[in-house]
Amino acid sequence: MTDRPGTRWRSYYLPRTLHPGAWWVWALGLAVAASRTTNPLLLALILAVACTVVVARRGDAPWALAFRLYLYVGAFIVLMRVVFRIVFGGNQGGTILFTLPTVPLPDWLAGIRLLGAVSAESVLGGFYDGLRLATMIVCIGAANALANPKRLLKTVPSALYDVGSAVVVALSVFPQLAESVQRVRRARRLRGGSGRGLRALRGILIPVLEDALDRSLLLASAMDSRGYGRSAQVPQGTRLVAGACTVAGLLGVCVGVYGVLDGTTPRYLGLPMLVVGLALAAAGFVLTGRRVRRSRYRPDPWGLAESVVAGSGVAVGLLLYGLLSVDPTNLHPSLFPLNWPQAEVSLVVSILVGALPAVLAPPTPLTVDEIRSAGTRHTADLVGVAP
Amino acid sequence: MIRFEDVTVTYVGAERPALRDVDLELPEGELTLVVGRTGAGKSTLLRAINGLVPHFTGGHLEGRVTVDGLDTRDHPPRELAHVVGMVGQDPLAGFVTDTVEEELAYGMEQLAVPPEVMRKRVEETLDLLGIAELRRRPLRTLSGGQQQRVAIGAVLTMGPRVLVLDEPTSALDPTAAEDALAAITRLVHDLGITAVVAEHRMERVVQYADRVVLLPGDGVVVSGPPAEVLAISPVAPPVVELGRVAGWSPLPLSVRDARRLAGPLRESLRLAGAPGAPSPDPLRPGAPPREVALEARKVVVRYGDVLAVRGVDLTLERGTVTALMGRNGSGKSSLLWALQGSGPRHAGTVAVQGQDPGTVPAKVARELVGLVPQSASDLLYLETVDAECAAADQESGREAGAARALLDRIAPGIAGDRHPRDLSEGQRLSLVLAVQLVAAPDVLMLDEPTRGLDYGAKDELARIVGELAAAGRAVVVATHDVEFVAHVAERVVVMAEGEIVADGDAAEVIGASPMFAPQVAKVLGPPWLTVSQVVEARLGILTGGAR
Repeated sequence: MTDRPGTRWRSYYLPRTLHPGAWWVWALGLAVAASRTTNPLLLALILAVACTVVVARRGDAPWALAFRLYLYVGAFIVLMRVVFRIVFGGNQGGTILFTLPTVPLPDWLAGIRLLGAVSAESVLGGFYDGLRLATMIVCIGAANALANPKRLLKTVPSALYDVGSAVVVALSVFPQLAESVQRVRRARRLRGGSGRGLRALRGILIPVLEDALDRSLLLASAMDSRGYGRSAQVPQGTRLVAGACTVAGLLGVCVGVYGVLDGTTPRYLGLPMLVVGLALAAAGFVLTGRRVRRSRYRPDPWGLAESVVAGSGVAVGLLLYGLLSVDPTNLHPSLFPLNWPQAEVSLVVSILVGALPAVLAPPTPLTVDEIRSAGTRHTADLVGVAP
Repeated sequence: MIRFEDVTVTYVGAERPALRDVDLELPEGELTLVVGRTGAGKSTLLRAINGLVPHFTGGHLEGRVTVDGLDTRDHPPRELAHVVGMVGQDPLAGFVTDTVEEELAYGMEQLAVPPEVMRKRVEETLDLLGIAELRRRPLRTLSGGQQQRVAIGAVLTMGPRVLVLDEPTSALDPTAAEDALAAITRLVHDLGITAVVAEHRMERVVQYADRVVLLPGDGVVVSGPPAEVLAISPVAPPVVELGRVAGWSPLPLSVRDARRLAGPLRESLRLAGAPGAPSPDPLRPGAPPREVALEARKVVVRYGDVLAVRGVDLTLERGTVTALMGRNGSGKSSLLWALQGSGPRHAGTVAVQGQDPGTVPAKVARELVGLVPQSASDLLYLETVDAECAAADQESGREAGAARALLDRIAPGIAGDRHPRDLSEGQRLSLVLAVQLVAAPDVLMLDEPTRGLDYGAKDELARIVGELAAAGRAVVVATHDVEFVAHVAERVVVMAEGEIVADGDAAEVIGASPMFAPQVAKVLGPPWLTVSQVVEARLGILTGGAR
């Protein structure tokens, strides 16, 4: 019994894929934290945390390898923000870095200035803003790299199942369309077409669309013969009520969110509307969900590891929210006067909590390993059979 | 198990019913083979079993179809999913998810099978079909035979009593087809599943069938034991035709049966001597050398890390039909595209009339080498046959009507105002052939042309290919269809892993191969490839005897 904690730890640490929701909650926690501040030190730390966890815990599936794309998008956003500040006159503040020749504009464009003097304050302001947005995008990218987006769709409530499968099917159509365009373009060359111009477009578009239509009909008949859309018998009235509840509820949520975010709307349109909308939508979902009789193959369980991962993300979000409300000095580093951004130890530690999953989440199984071990199993069999 | 009572199916706008007064009973645990020419109503019959006809396709169904006591009138396909498993022609088009395991589970999720049962059934099905090591593989990366087995597995997990398969082996190479068929027969034998299979390549399936349902073409059906039905069937596999020619009774259905009866025939053929080749043999020493039409040296094609073609040398001569064989993914298509010049080629040279089709503009390349790709309809994009022909004339700078004249020679009687999509598979192929031939290329290459063709259409294609070669063209046919190769090809080139592993006289290469030998060769031994050779030889014996 003495080795009990050891065994427990080992079984906790078995390689497995976590519930996709856990990674999304973690990533949203980081994103919320990032949205609260423009302090580049804190943002860089959040970025570093997200990257560390991705590197430590992502698999080798295609979606996991797309993380680099999100980093490129982030870098692009930062760059664009800075460039825009330079182009559209960034001379707020006194620290002029350099002066570009001003482009004279007609009178009716008064108020807009092209190029001219560029101040450090403007450039930094653009940089901070861009970095905040980039960090949030990288956080979302991290969630995408760590959790299979399609498995996330599978965990939606059963009332949304049909929408979910429509999205899944639509997603798989794009690679097929690309493939079909490539095939038809190649075929166009066989008829001597160059693959360019309006005539070629028609020659490519029509076969591709015909192909797509054929495929969707085949898919529809295959899904039909495999039981898609089987449903329990529900009286017409209940169906109508459920539909009405869902639509009204979602409308309520929209209005409510607007009310909460916009201070000028009457109070009763804010929080009360949001609550009523949510309740109505939930009722609608439950009613619709009752109609759907379906089970789920190998549902991702929510275990301790999931709670740890999700919890660390939520903790970062809450801690930063709390700490920055108490002491907002580090929230937005001062540009006027220009100061070095500061970061308190408590903030740094709070953000580092988000890096815990890099160590505490069970490792992700790699398909490469699986294929390799299947290979050795196979050869072992062969060796065993051979005399 | 399956009962058709007085069933007549009429599609909207059709002149005559697709099925007429069908009375049919398919007992439990039998494997039924459905045969008939294209358009005879095979698919309609199969799709009526699970109610896709008329619930999904539209049209009017009179009479009653019941499966396991359930009437398809009251049960749409989704409500029959647990009784009838339906596998379509193109497995990839019917896949809903991305990975093997999820695909196997999809149907059960719809039936609300409890998770523990699902897990167990998925594992059992993986083992039953021998695809356990593929469980996490994305479906798109599987080979054709593997995809077909996954598609079978995906309906099998729902525990159906009936399995309906529409052309399960049409796109597969002989080895993969054996795999898929072995899986199907195993299900029939071990699990007592009732299977209904439609297949153009009857030679692959007929030996396993307990019953054959023949659709002669006017909407009626003839059903009975295979030997009886095939004796009167207009379409029959070579082994059956050989039996008819030799007058064997009972009619043999498998190569093994035929071999037992073939002793006397083999003896008499030995006296008659080796079969006369369909045309003078180019590879026979002493024959006058033929003019070279295409010369390729060290052709390399690669896709990323994958080497599709590794340094292939190939010389094509005028007036010869060459068959290019090999399993799926052995580099046949890549080689054809590289030789034509439209596909990638990373090293090597190709010369046709002193020009390299890969470096000249596409318009010139198609006057050197014509290629009919695997999905031939990709080349068609206009609304009528006439418009396609006119566009082809314009594209290749010929006088108006040249393509139409070619088409009439290849396949007479195709109305000019029809939409290319409404043509039969064989007619559409003829149209694409005409479009490509207008450019008058010296070399013509066909990639998998026999896909979806019935025996009649295949004979027609064999005639066209023979005529093209006789007119002095070099013709290359990449195909899995060994019987077709036996008919048309003088030379066979076999590829494996991007290299040429065998190249020579058709009788030598495929006659001796365990995988590619046609049925007649399996029965009578290597030099004999087709029934027509045997017929000719016997005629020779008879006339010789009279003299």
